[in-house]
Amino acid sequence: MEVIVRNLRIAFTSPQGPVDAVRGVSFTLGEEKLGIVGESGSGKTLTGRALLRLLPRQAKLEADRLEFDGIDLLEADERTLRRIRGKRAGLIFQDPKFSLNPVMTAGAQIAEAWRAHRGGTSRAAHGAAIDLLAQVQIRDPKRVAGAYPHELSGGMGQRVMIAMMLAPDPELLIADEPTSALDATVQAEILRLIEALVSRRGMALILISHDLPLVSHFCDRVLVMYGGRVVEECNAASLARAKHPYTRGLLDCLPSLARPKRQLAVLKRDPSWLDP
Amino acid sequence: MSTLAAWLLSDAPESRRQASLGRFFRGWLQLRRNHLAIAGLVAALALILVSLAAPLLATHDPAAQDLTQRYAAPSAEHWLGTDEVGRDLYSRLLYGGRITLGMVVAIMVMVAPLGLAVGTVAGYAGGFADRALMRLTDIFLAFPRLILALAFVAALKPGITSAIIAIALTAWPPYARLARAETLTIRNSDFIAAVRLSGASAARIVLRHIAPLCVSSLIVRVTLDMSGIILTAAGLGFLGMGAQPPMPEWGTMIATTRGEILDAWWVPIAPGIAIFVASLAFNLLGDGLRDVLDPKQG
Amino acid sequence: MSGTSDASPLPVRFRASLSSLASVPITLFGLILVTFLIGRAMPIDPVIAIVGDHAPPDVIARVRAELALDKPLPVQFWIYLEHLARGDLGSSVMTSRPVTTDIATFFPATLELATTAILIAILLGVPLGVFAARYQGSHFDHAVRVVSLAGQSVPIFVLGLLCLLFFYVKLGIAPGTGQQDVLFEGMVREVTGMRVLDAALAGDWDAFWDALAHLAQPALVLAYFSLSIITRMTRAFMLEALAGEYIVAARAKGLSDARILWRHAFGNIMVPLITVIALAYAGLLEGAVLTETVFSWPGIGLYLTGSLLNADMNAVLGATLVIGSVYVGLNLLADLAYRLLDPRVR
Repeated sequence: MEVIVRNLRIAFTSPQGPVDAVRGVSFTLGEEKLGIVGESGSGKTLTGRALLRLLPRQAKLEADRLEFDGIDLLEADERTLRRIRGKRAGLIFQDPKFSLNPVMTAGAQIAEAWRAHRGGTSRAAHGAAIDLLAQVQIRDPKRVAGAYPHELSGGMGQRVMIAMMLAPDPELLIADEPTSALDATVQAEILRLIEALVSRRGMALILISHDLPLVSHFCDRVLVMYGGRVVEECNAASLARAKHPYTRGLLDCLPSLARPKRQLAVLKRDPSWLDP
Repeated sequence: MSTLAAWLLSDAPESRRQASLGRFFRGWLQLRRNHLAIAGLVAALALILVSLAAPLLATHDPAAQDLTQRYAAPSAEHWLGTDEVGRDLYSRLLYGGRITLGMVVAIMVMVAPLGLAVGTVAGYAGGFADRALMRLTDIFLAFPRLILALAFVAALKPGITSAIIAIALTAWPPYARLARAETLTIRNSDFIAAVRLSGASAARIVLRHIAPLCVSSLIVRVTLDMSGIILTAAGLGFLGMGAQPPMPEWGTMIATTRGEILDAWWVPIAPGIAIFVASLAFNLLGDGLRDVLDPKQG
Repeated sequence: MSGTSDASPLPVRFRASLSSLASVPITLFGLILVTFLIGRAMPIDPVIAIVGDHAPPDVIARVRAELALDKPLPVQFWIYLEHLARGDLGSSVMTSRPVTTDIATFFPATLELATTAILIAILLGVPLGVFAARYQGSHFDHAVRVVSLAGQSVPIFVLGLLCLLFFYVKLGIAPGTGQQDVLFEGMVREVTGMRVLDAALAGDWDAFWDALAHLAQPALVLAYFSLSIITRMTRAFMLEALAGEYIVAARAKGLSDARILWRHAFGNIMVPLITVIALAYAGLLEGAVLTETVFSWPGIGLYLTGSLLNADMNAVLGATLVIGSVYVGLNLLADLAYRLLDPRVR
């Protein structure tokens, strides 16, 4: 399974004229864990959603190549896309408060994902949902299955989201800021969970985040995005030797217990980074 | 972009007047993009102008009867024909517009300030005053508007004054509710706390700081309500409970001529179209204003 | 904090519902008080209305005492309340029957009309709103918006007259006014008072079709206004729901368009929509008054307007009270439905 992206461009129309949110992003993904790091507005979320053609209606998507396992995503019709979404690639969203349907129980939503791609009776799907909830380390899966999203804490909700997206057993998981809405203590748990599940099932992972050390810890490779472009691409291990001044600036801003500095550095943005 | 426009749209206004004019101008630009709303605005303005200029635009005296020309077809002399006693339909329509508009304005002038006052006082004072006032509005809100207006009119005496009072009595509660909701939201803001700290009295706070902020949603509501009031007033007229004949109120005109709908259908229908256009105009305008002033409200 | 929140669903929900229920008696009391005061504010002397202006003074005095009009106002109100508790709304000057009997005779026809109208409005309005939202910006959407906008601006009695003009007079495909043809008068046994239902129950299919044909026009006219509101609100709610993140998540799950539209988006708006429908039904009571007048439909609206023209105050107030109470009841239903059905309201 390989994802190929060449010169991805995403633009929005606004009363002031077209806004280029993603300006020529290219990368390839194999059976690995790729991290996409950037600040708000860097275009990382849009890039992730573009892979499943889940952009809002006002967005204009163009690319030289956009392929999932040889399937051309640019020309694919809705039916083909629906066979990829969920079944072959899943997307985890940032805040379960908004990304889970408020009037369906957790179990029903997971069972729905199961049944849509694996068929079977609703009872079988419900049983599978409980089983999945156990896999995401929820202690009382039966009760959570019958609960509504607003009755669950952030961490629980995110586990439900993960279970829901893993139900059809996809090959690729795109995690869009999966822990940004969670408490610090829960963040590490959720990420470890994602890592364990991804490894166990042999899935590829795209982890989108604004947190550079987090991404470098959990991923094999890292893409740094700024202003709609990829400004750095390297292995996670060699991040310390990054070349682009933006990445260096980010690394320098990080406080370190091992090497404490008198004053934290401030990232100085060079407008030339935004040049076409 | 002209210098005036640039001045109005400036991001750093230098005076309060510039800021408020700028806000008004921005709202106007946004409204202008909504074609339906502009159509409504034009129609509403046309209605107002035509009604005010009725004496100039009318071709005949609306009360002048001519029994030899009952239910005449439209002609060069009578542009829309005549009614059941030979009065010119076109002129009566024009004067009817005056009556309708007059009623709507009279009602609004009573209802909106009253609702604003009750709502802001209830919202700001809280406690018993709030509960009591809200009970009062609940009671009036619980009545279907037309039914209660009918009962009032029946008790007072059918006529245009009773109709105005009756509709006003049923129309004020939503404004109080609206003003109260807005007041509750604003009441806890920091800037109100600041004004209170600077020693302003409750009356001053409500009058000068809270009430003005409620005005924009009230304007939207007033405009939208106008269409409903036009329909209610016409309904009362149709049932014989509003303006009484020989007043050329549109609803009343339909009531007295509906029997002739088979032979002279335009006589009852023309006022009907007038009611529709007037109501539609304010609906369109109100919708557009809501998008500009109050986008979150449903 | 991990783990689920401490939800104690039922008591909280019921407590909130109870407080709505508790406000109803107060509102009803206010309604009764207002109708009573309206009755007493009449410039027409009710005694003269009953006995005529040529009655001798002792008859007038007797009737006045009977009606307790010589007692102070609070006492009169108490007597009024007593009568109400017994279900006595006084007698109608017009029909010389107890007002309650009159209302019981006329109300079913209004119920038939209003219920048919709301069913039409729901069956047409909801799908129109859903698809208008789904295809926002399309020609279909614009057409739907124009039609519902027109529906909220058109005076219902004018629409009724136009329908009669076109379909009855010019095209001859619809029957005229009234609930049924004179032919069928009194032929079907009255069970519910709703002609269509009664005819079906009696198996008299000729009468059934006749009643249905007569019901069609006024029901459709009445339905148009509610349809406009329901369509508009459905569309607005759906647009809001479709903008939610959970809709993108549902798409990411690879679900079909239809499932996302109905199970996810529509599923989220059902509860507020029920509230809108209940309120629209209540609003139909007003529209019924005008529609019944145009189509001579023997419902409570016609009864009310007839009483108004005859200055029959007992009838007017009785009808106002009944209609007002139904209105209050429907509002309460709408409020309760929202509280009890929405899983989020706890």
